[in-house]
Amino acid sequence: MGYSAFKVFWEGLTGNKGWKPVWREPDPKPQYDIVIVGAGGHGLATAYYLAKEFGITNVAVLEKGWLGSGNIGRNTTIIRSNYLLPGNQPFYEKSLKLWENLEQDFNYNAMVSQRSILNLIHSDPQRDAFARRANAMRLSGADSELLGPEEIRALCPFLDFDNARFPIQGALRQKRGGTVRHDAVAWGYARGADMRGVDIIQNCEVTGFRMENGACVGVETARGPIRAGKTAVCVAGSSSRVMALAGMRLPIESHVLQAFVTEGLKPTLPGVITFGAGHFYVSQSDKGGLVFGGDIDGYNTYAQRGNLPVVEDVCEGGMAIMPMIGRARLLRMWGGVMDMSMDGSPFIDKTHIDGLYFNGGWCYGGFKATPASGYCYAHLLATGRPHEVAGAFRLDRFRRGAPIDEKGVGAHPNLH
Amino acid sequence: MIIDHPLLGPRDAAEFVYKGDAALIDRPDWQAEDAADKFHEYMYLRDNVAGEMAELWYHEHGDRSWLVVTRNTLTHKITSVELARDVARRRGRGK
Amino acid sequence: MTRPNRLNPGLTDRARPLNFSFNGRNMMGYQGDTLASALLANGQRLIARSFKYHRPRGVFSAGSEEPNALVQLRRGAALEPNTRATVAELFDGLHATSQNHRGSLEFDIMAVNDLLAPFLSAGFYYKTFMWPKAFWEKLYEPVIRASAGLGRLSLQPDPDVYDHGYLHCDLLVIGAGPAGLSAALAAGRAKARVIVADEDFRPGGRLNSETYEVDAIPGHDWAARAWAELLAMDNVRCMTRTSVFGAFDHGIFGALERRTDHLANSGGKPRQVLWRIYSRRSVLCAGATERPIAFANNDRPGVMLAGAVRAYSNRFGVTPGQRVAVFTNNDDGRRTAADLSALGVAVTGIVDTRLDEFIVDTTGRKELKTVLTNAGRRIEADCLAVSGGWSPNVHLTCHQRGRPTWRDDIAAFVPGPDLPPGMAVAGAANGAMTLAAALAEGRAAANAAVRDLGFAPSRKPVPRAEDEAFDIKPFWHVKGHKRAWVDLQNDVTAKDIRQSHLEGFRAVEHLKRYTTLGMATDQGKTANVLGLALMAEASGKTIPETGTTIFRPPCTPVPIGAFAGRARGRDFRPVRRTPSHAWAQENGADFVETGIWLRAQWFRHPGEKGWRDSVDREVTQTRRSVGICDVTTLGKIDVQGRDAAEFLNKIYANAFAGLPVGKVRYGLMLREDGICHDDGTTARLGETHFVMTTTTANAATVFRNMEFARQCLWPDLDVHLISTTDAWAQFAVAGPNARALLAKVVDDLDLSNAAFPFMACAECTVCGGTPARLFRISFSGELAYEIAVPARYGDAMIRALMAAGKEFAVVPYGTEALGVMRIEKGHAAGNELNGQTTAAQLGLGRMVSKKKDGIGSTLSERPEMNRDDDLRLVGFQPVDPSDALNAGAHFIEINDETPDMHSDLGWMTSVAHSPELGHSIGLGFLKRGADRMGDILRAYDPVRGKDTRVRVVATHHIDPEGERQRG
Repeated sequence: MGYSAFKVFWEGLTGNKGWKPVWREPDPKPQYDIVIVGAGGHGLATAYYLAKEFGITNVAVLEKGWLGSGNIGRNTTIIRSNYLLPGNQPFYEKSLKLWENLEQDFNYNAMVSQRSILNLIHSDPQRDAFARRANAMRLSGADSELLGPEEIRALCPFLDFDNARFPIQGALRQKRGGTVRHDAVAWGYARGADMRGVDIIQNCEVTGFRMENGACVGVETARGPIRAGKTAVCVAGSSSRVMALAGMRLPIESHVLQAFVTEGLKPTLPGVITFGAGHFYVSQSDKGGLVFGGDIDGYNTYAQRGNLPVVEDVCEGGMAIMPMIGRARLLRMWGGVMDMSMDGSPFIDKTHIDGLYFNGGWCYGGFKATPASGYCYAHLLATGRPHEVAGAFRLDRFRRGAPIDEKGVGAHPNLH
Repeated sequence: MIIDHPLLGPRDAAEFVYKGDAALIDRPDWQAEDAADKFHEYMYLRDNVAGEMAELWYHEHGDRSWLVVTRNTLTHKITSVELARDVARRRGRGK
Repeated sequence: MTRPNRLNPGLTDRARPLNFSFNGRNMMGYQGDTLASALLANGQRLIARSFKYHRPRGVFSAGSEEPNALVQLRRGAALEPNTRATVAELFDGLHATSQNHRGSLEFDIMAVNDLLAPFLSAGFYYKTFMWPKAFWEKLYEPVIRASAGLGRLSLQPDPDVYDHGYLHCDLLVIGAGPAGLSAALAAGRAKARVIVADEDFRPGGRLNSETYEVDAIPGHDWAARAWAELLAMDNVRCMTRTSVFGAFDHGIFGALERRTDHLANSGGKPRQVLWRIYSRRSVLCAGATERPIAFANNDRPGVMLAGAVRAYSNRFGVTPGQRVAVFTNNDDGRRTAADLSALGVAVTGIVDTRLDEFIVDTTGRKELKTVLTNAGRRIEADCLAVSGGWSPNVHLTCHQRGRPTWRDDIAAFVPGPDLPPGMAVAGAANGAMTLAAALAEGRAAANAAVRDLGFAPSRKPVPRAEDEAFDIKPFWHVKGHKRAWVDLQNDVTAKDIRQSHLEGFRAVEHLKRYTTLGMATDQGKTANVLGLALMAEASGKTIPETGTTIFRPPCTPVPIGAFAGRARGRDFRPVRRTPSHAWAQENGADFVETGIWLRAQWFRHPGEKGWRDSVDREVTQTRRSVGICDVTTLGKIDVQGRDAAEFLNKIYANAFAGLPVGKVRYGLMLREDGICHDDGTTARLGETHFVMTTTTANAATVFRNMEFARQCLWPDLDVHLISTTDAWAQFAVAGPNARALLAKVVDDLDLSNAAFPFMACAECTVCGGTPARLFRISFSGELAYEIAVPARYGDAMIRALMAAGKEFAVVPYGTEALGVMRIEKGHAAGNELNGQTTAAQLGLGRMVSKKKDGIGSTLSERPEMNRDDDLRLVGFQPVDPSDALNAGAHFIEINDETPDMHSDLGWMTSVAHSPELGHSIGLGFLKRGADRMGDILRAYDPVRGKDTRVRVVATHHIDPEGERQRG
């Protein structure tokens, strides 16, 4: 069913009774060309691009809960391509370009809102680092600007310019950065994949991999075995647990990232703002809530909840940078389990087991990567070769000595 | 969270800095034949268990003890806390 | 003004009238009123507009679950959006305005949305606004955003202060209704340390709103007596106006106490206190929340929860209407009618679904006028009291991922088996829906908890009360064609839920996310179960099969300011000052944040036009004569023990075991992954005593890593570490006259080059006996020393050094001059040691010893970290000396026409203007840098619109042989 203003109008006139299910609820078939494990954003995007770009539609996406229940349903919705390192930046720029055409591409309004991202600068070394980054962004074909305090004041007069412990000295701005309605991304990809014949099977947990002669030939599930030409794991947050079923240990730890939203408020913020001298980033949703977050709690956990010290730390950052939000009430906090990798960067790769592929390690940056991750994973699955913008995301990079460490903190997952 | 420090009693977890899996105590022998592989595994690969896990916490805002805390990563329940030095010695580390 | 809705004083204080205003209209209430009760008393029914359709709305509840009556409280910087009138305590001078309307509250032009409702059904925005593409950012989204949100921020800094506090107890009792009071009394009498907290300003919970008796006196009197008894106990802390909002790990609860919100002016006192309560056990006595029934046009001002109608009439002495009808599926409805009749309020009809009568529609746009039933009754009513049953307040039981379970007999979710450790639940929160049961459960839960903790429970019996009737027959929704509201604030109707099911959004989380059910400021406290029931009905499942959404903290919204506490403005983080701070302030220093340190970045002299003038002067004079810089911020670690040398040999990449006593060595520290972590110098003061310095930024992490190595990797080495960063004040004295200057303050130490050469160190005294340490080390490249004295002498030391240096025209220099001189000398600092660089890239590859086991040595040998075409740190000069270099520029080949990712050869890390050379200089990482000496490249800096030709040179811009520092 195509969506359009006319369709909404017609259904409105006829009592909204003609809407059809956005996706089928199929039973699993015994065999698929490709089985994707995990119907989160990346898994659904992979299925969508496999079908749409590579013509592979005999595909199942298996999900242990409801589709979109991964971190696509729990994040702060930010998109940007303001990375530094050559292993990362072209990938995120590819992702941003896909975001920019996504809605027309999958005929679903995910409210891609490019209202800019502003990374505030509070020291000279930080300015040097952001200048390096801004130029790296330009070299990758992305947009970037360095702003001075007066330009920032004009954009955001509510920031603390006069009484700050760490005065604002400037900012890196990417105008094309912004936010997206996160759930709609999952729904749009699911709908697009389903329409092209992909089976999305909810409430179907994978409990093991079927191995023959050392190769992976499918999965065991709560709803019986399913054979697959290729098995593509895409379960960030549960990566270690699922890959352990194949006997693999990963360069990943699980950590919780808390995020927060306030009660609805009339629009105030011009885009995404990040504080450079504390852990705080914020945007305002189309419904009016301030959506914000900060640092991960810092200890290994699979519990989707955090603790008070980090809540306080994040709010301290918020009050330090924009003291006007003191009377805004925090309405809801939630925690997502992150695949924190050893260098803060992800993996899209074949494993050493034939037929088994892995996509994970997205740390807390997986949302913005969704389209490119799906596209590049589909490319790898369809062609057997990594996509050129994802060539650095290999599992063997630590053995080779080629980490992609944007923050420069080394093999400390909780510091990335 | 509250960590029951073996010397100081219950302390708020915010006083500590977290490092990770207590397997980081088992630093490989630099002269072993396969030292490169062993160090790669030691540094980068993790069991990342969903359940009870022995892990290293450092009482940075306290007495600067390193502790081995056994904590459940699903429930956060802590079942034991020991001085890491004792654990390290037990695991055969010395000079 | 007459206030016909005032019945009697209730529990308000007629002796204390309060004036307040709503939308500019002056009104009067009494001490003990909420804003909602006072507005109702004054006949103000229309209070707000709903989020999506801008429907007129009035008061719906009498508590924190309120979905409708949100107002903007106060004004100016103190403006407080989205405040529930139902919990806002009235104070004299209170100023409230309505929100979320364009035009006046009465004539809101956005109410046109209500007419467009057929086209604004669930998720409509996902299906349109896509074409033409450019219109989204330019037209659609701005329009959508303009209608977003409810209240508005003042845009001014929050004028109030907030505190944090920490409390400990044996038993935390959450809620001071009948169950909570009974629990607190039991635990208090058992001598346990008890905290009892209630969100209301008057303890008693439903006892204040009902007409029950306890121990043969009115319930609210019993509550007041119980509270008085608790207040008299030393072991009990009684907290009103305190919302326990979250249950965190290990018995820690978050609680928000409102200290001055009920006062016209905080008078500088904290507005609110965020408490962290550390409890050994807890009893949740949070009561239950009444829920409505969905029927056509059930959202009109005047339609309220029945329990709220009783609260307003019994507690506040205010009737919400003159002609009240009742709609119920349980016995509470009849009690409402009885209570109102007893107060002399006309009850115009009772519609009980258990008798197969239900309401099919209502009339009255801005206030309710009539209700119509399926039996054809047309009941005149300006208030309709609705009761669809009660939902236990299980939220806190679910904060650690526990799931509630369904009980058919009371048609409600009750706490499930997986409670947070240490928690018990009692009273209505536990599904005990009668007063006697609540009192008994509270006492029993508290007794069990205190017994568990080793206290002897009190034998005092449970207070006497009646088990009132509680019969309910589930009834959720009156079917019909018109819109029946489920989530009032977000305008989610029964139709939306049916459509959500039709479109496949059937999982509870899909339902919630697609329709926005339960996502408003009230978190669906009155809506969620009803929504679930409707989804269950649509899908032919039971409610428990349909599921429940996850409850997340906070139970009730908490201001961001309260979470932040005092950490804002200049108090966001503590400030560390160097020992010479006061002196530097007296001498014109400009300070800069270096982490949490404040350091002098330069000293401004009269007549200097800008910072460059000051810095150039400081550098020039240091290199010409002598300069002094406070370097106390460098991390200092005392390393002592028989195995100290061996320990340092493992910590540093280069060898330290053979360092002679009285010598200093430059050391490079790697992380275990082989990347450079830190550098600094370590001095050997004795056979078993070393003093290490680290960079300012890495002082804490280096110490942490060393303790890790000491305790976890080599636990049997005899070595001990003390961080002495704060114990010693340290000053660099640099320049050709450094020796002459120091000779004037150092006692009895031969400073001649022969006796105290480059890299020598010694313990000594200064100024006639003050203990000191002297190191001959140089960051500036000049003849230089660092002198350390106990921190308490730091201020005296800088003054003594400056006095002694007067004859040499000594200058103090700040971090900028320090940076200029280190760049001139090609020393790496934070911009180069950024955690991404290898020793080889820094040109220090040969320092990494292969003959010993040092942290990071094995992994530093990985192939990709040892490529021939890797980056190398080199120096840069502008081809045109008048060009200024910029850090952050990238290097590309001179003939690159179309620069892109593949053009990138490296980047400029640090730049400075060298007063000695008279032009800009830089350091940077360049691919194959060592092979490209003399080449000309472009420093490409598009973000600043610059593109500068640079020549590759050695990192040592001046004195490449190092003759000055050895002189």
